[in-house]
Amino acid sequence: MSVLVFAENWDGKFKNPSFEAVSYGKAVADKAGTDLIAVTFGNLEDDASVLGKYGANKVVHVSDAGAFDAHLYGNSLKDLANGLSAKVVVVSQSNNGKMLSSFLAVAWEAGMISNVVEAPESVAPIKVKKKVFSSKGIATVESSEERVVLALASNSFGAHEAATDAAVESGSTSGEAKTQSVEVDRATGQITLSEAEVVVSAGRGLKGPENWGMVEELAGLLGAATACSKPVSDVGWRPHTEHVGQTGKAIAPNLYIAIGISGAIQHLAGVSSSKVIVVVNSDPEAPFFKAADYGIVGDAFDVVPRLIEAVKELKG
Amino acid sequence: MKILVCISHVPDTTSKINFTSDHSAFDSNGIQFVINPNDEFGLTKAVQLKEAQGGSITVLTVGDASTEPTLRKALAIGADEAIRVNAEAKDSFQVAAEIADVVKNGDYNLIICGKESIDYNGQAVPTMVAAICNLPIVNACMGLNLDGEEATMIREIEGGKETVKASLPVVLGGQKGLVEENELRIPNMRGIMSARTKPLQVKEPIGAAPKSSHTHFEKPPAKADVKLVEAGQEKELVQLLHTEAKVI
Repeated sequence: MSVLVFAENWDGKFKNPSFEAVSYGKAVADKAGTDLIAVTFGNLEDDASVLGKYGANKVVHVSDAGAFDAHLYGNSLKDLANGLSAKVVVVSQSNNGKMLSSFLAVAWEAGMISNVVEAPESVAPIKVKKKVFSSKGIATVESSEERVVLALASNSFGAHEAATDAAVESGSTSGEAKTQSVEVDRATGQITLSEAEVVVSAGRGLKGPENWGMVEELAGLLGAATACSKPVSDVGWRPHTEHVGQTGKAIAPNLYIAIGISGAIQHLAGVSSSKVIVVVNSDPEAPFFKAADYGIVGDAFDVVPRLIEAVKELKG
Repeated sequence: MKILVCISHVPDTTSKINFTSDHSAFDSNGIQFVINPNDEFGLTKAVQLKEAQGGSITVLTVGDASTEPTLRKALAIGADEAIRVNAEAKDSFQVAAEIADVVKNGDYNLIICGKESIDYNGQAVPTMVAAICNLPIVNACMGLNLDGEEATMIREIEGGKETVKASLPVVLGGQKGLVEENELRIPNMRGIMSARTKPLQVKEPIGAAPKSSHTHFEKPPAKADVKLVEAGQEKELVQLLHTEAKVI
């Protein structure tokens, strides 16, 4: 048997979620006493053997894959999993990964556990912890199937180096796509919310969209992505894609800086998995302070410019 | 145009979440239930499509009789009929298999689910339904246009969006953006009155077996108290983040 990991690439490049998935796969493979095989689809700019650095014993590169489609990728991955006698397949929960893992579970007649945050407690049967109720709870889930697809919540496990020599083989797709990609509209060179290690977020306390300059400046200095609260995206000050919270995105960066956000329970549900939370709010009673690690009670228009100066000084 | 909207009956977004004292289940005492927010965007989109080009909307849930008020609310918002599959929802696969049976026997052009329920966060049901029924799937869908038998959809991708096309019937996993927040419908009195007499069919399950079980629930560990830094001492905060928390 073996453990398989789908290592996603974006325009041919591996990103932190790719390495995190490989690291997670390595932990599962070690626990099962077996090898880890990484699979990646599409044309690559990076060298596929880099996945060996995180513990893959072998990499199968399927270069003829084309644009993502759940049927095409899912059926191809199923055939690879069967050909490589896999029992567990690990997929990172990107937008594609969510579809791929669910499709594969049906096509491969496997069990599936999504939103997993830790290495499995046991591998026979697979028993693992996942986030539930929008991070307000943690459930232990046991699969009744021998084959299992594990979908990993982003930034929950981390990428860990485990140098291994990985030989690269080529593979091919099977099956047909049922959707056609017409156009991709993506800002290049920006750090996306899902991969950001630092996120600077702001809310209604900023009073208007014209005041986001200082938020973007602070984010730029920290190499951070920007985010916002639900009311801010509802009134159109910022795009929906920046909304973090229960009905927006759930994120788990190393550092989350919340400026002028009171911390409603729905907002906390989307950000409480952040490792460190910093809150800047003029209201000392803001509920967000209860969920924060560090805080400053003060006016954002005074605090944030001084914060920018302090970060500039640190970064020299 | 026949549209099937699959909804989940979930705790209100403001709910404090507790588990039973033996950690075996969610404690629903005192909890208000609502239509899952991601599903409500899809339901509203279905109502808009019906108003623009005619057709019918069936709303579906898998659950016991306690979910019927949530189905009635969907009828009040504008669905024409409701189906309740009379089974306790156990896992994503079992729910998807029950929905797939309704899809196969219903001749629907469009099947709209929410991309994720806010209770068990499986994020799997729409894609699993599509996989079982061999239909196209677009998840995290934030835009839909229909032109005859062709659907053009916008889906979220990391850092942007992708436009994709597929032939009907298709399955969607909807989210905010499919309609805007301010387009969501609050049921009016006429809607509520008519919902009482709209058909609500109780369908016996096909008996699909779940493939996983929740064995234990706990709350995440509580945070330590916040460390407050005086306004004006931002340098100190930056130092703490650098040397103590080691995150910048």
